[in-house]
Amino acid sequence: MKLPMVLVYSDNKNISLEMIGKAVELAKKQQKKVIIPIIGKSDENLANEYISYGADQVFMVETNLVSFKAEEYVDILADIVKETGVGTILIGSNKNGKELSARLAGKLNAGCVVDSNNIYVKNGKLIAERIVYSGNAIAVEQFNSKPAIITIPSKAFDPLKKDENRKGEIIQKQIEVNKSPSTIVNVQEMKTEGVNVEDAEIIVSCGRGFKNKEDIKIIEELADVIKGKTIGCSRPIAADLKWLSEDHWIGLSGHKVKPKLYIAAGISGQIQHIAGMRDSSIIVAINKDPEALIFKSADYGIVGDLYEVIPKLTEAIKSKKG
Amino acid sequence: MNIIVCAKQVVDLSEMKVDSATKKPILQGVPRKISDIDKNALEEAIKIKDKNDGKITILTIGPADAKEQIKELLAMGADEGVLVTSPDNIDYHMTAILLAEAIKKIGSYDVILCGEASVDLFSGQIGPRVAGLLNIPQITYALSLTVENDKVTAQRNMGKNAITTESTYPVLITVTKEINEPRLPSLMQILGAANKPIQEWTSDSLQSDLKPLVETVELKGVPMERKNIIYKDDLDESVNKLIESLEKEGVLGG
Repeated sequence: MKLPMVLVYSDNKNISLEMIGKAVELAKKQQKKVIIPIIGKSDENLANEYISYGADQVFMVETNLVSFKAEEYVDILADIVKETGVGTILIGSNKNGKELSARLAGKLNAGCVVDSNNIYVKNGKLIAERIVYSGNAIAVEQFNSKPAIITIPSKAFDPLKKDENRKGEIIQKQIEVNKSPSTIVNVQEMKTEGVNVEDAEIIVSCGRGFKNKEDIKIIEELADVIKGKTIGCSRPIAADLKWLSEDHWIGLSGHKVKPKLYIAAGISGQIQHIAGMRDSSIIVAINKDPEALIFKSADYGIVGDLYEVIPKLTEAIKSKKG
Repeated sequence: MNIIVCAKQVVDLSEMKVDSATKKPILQGVPRKISDIDKNALEEAIKIKDKNDGKITILTIGPADAKEQIKELLAMGADEGVLVTSPDNIDYHMTAILLAEAIKKIGSYDVILCGEASVDLFSGQIGPRVAGLLNIPQITYALSLTVENDKVTAQRNMGKNAITTESTYPVLITVTKEINEPRLPSLMQILGAANKPIQEWTSDSLQSDLKPLVETVELKGVPMERKNIIYKDDLDESVNKLIESLEKEGVLGG
């Protein structure tokens, strides 16, 4: 039996399916296999789904761990890596995944690149590209050794077509875990308004140009007349002023979006914000400062007071649509 | 309570320019500073010390001139600094091993504090890597800390969930930018910092033969091709022109 080549892990099913797609592509060139562990409760349906999307082996690691702790999950993954001789490890780049991958890299003395959306093999070396310097450069990172750990954000790759006839193995695993001295005392859902900016086709976004929390309603009215209806915002509105919940936050540390239309109103255009929306198809900027950085990143812009421009824009679109 | 704060010297992104032809960042000559979130880590350390006594040590891996930035942290309230001069071509693997070895050499510690990530590269690898190497618990993305004699409790922003985690000591904690507002040192503190000790250790004295596992083989520019059509005259006219353009682009929806 050939050794499995690429290990994929995330606690998020969608990212897992997307990563399996990429893993199959990487493994195919080297005739190796794609393996994925399920940690926690045994879940045969999920295992079969992973197989139908391209996984060769699913390791079912049943544990009595109540909640995720990187210290404990690292033990499990390190065990599988040592046993199978995995060379490439892809981990979903949510917060759990990031702290897991970095600790695992420390434990295994492995190279690690986080948040990569472009992975390939060149001259026999594994390469992962990632955005650095707040979106101003792409670092081309080359791995000199194995195992290589790469974390992957959601929507970086497309899953393969589902194939119910695809065959794979499900392997039950018992793994001893050293219990961490830390305790998870409470898990509470972050305050959200159930907004999913990452899937939105049209986003209207607000920034520090807004003077009061109540004024955001003029943005809502504009969003209302356009299909999409999703409100985004820059860091100060969500993190500092807390006028909107963090699910609206677009930027390097917030959500990364790629809608067809992105309207930035009263957003100055700091590189951290641009990093979150640069993949939008069409970007419109509204700002009263003609020198605002945001205009450099915009397809269309209006220089003017957003308190005048936005209501006019809303009215004009409304009358046009009748 | 003995606290070690890991602090990184980074290029000041607000001073960084991009080459207009290649779109590549120009890093030469850009002023350097301590990564912002590492100052949040120190601020939190000072708050802990104010309540519980103890000592705060700043630990930096970097070039010899990083001493200047360490002095700024000593002025804020740290007690002493350790600068490990970094080898060439350093990657996260090497940095984490040098930090872990330096921490072992410092010897006594209850809490290690780091920023959630550095503002230049924003990987966030160092905290969890060091915790793994030292085999101690890690608490990431802390929004607030409550320190007691036998345990620390942290509120954490884990994206979908707000999680409260408790740990005994020693523990490594990474903090977010939102946890506090770092203080500005007074003139007296800045002058006083000149007398605080900064030790310099070579990386070889901690661990020799370190080789990077990951190398940055190229830094590419990020092209941003945008139309940059800006309307700035009569407002009503601008609005109409914008709507016309968006209709042509077919992005205005149904």
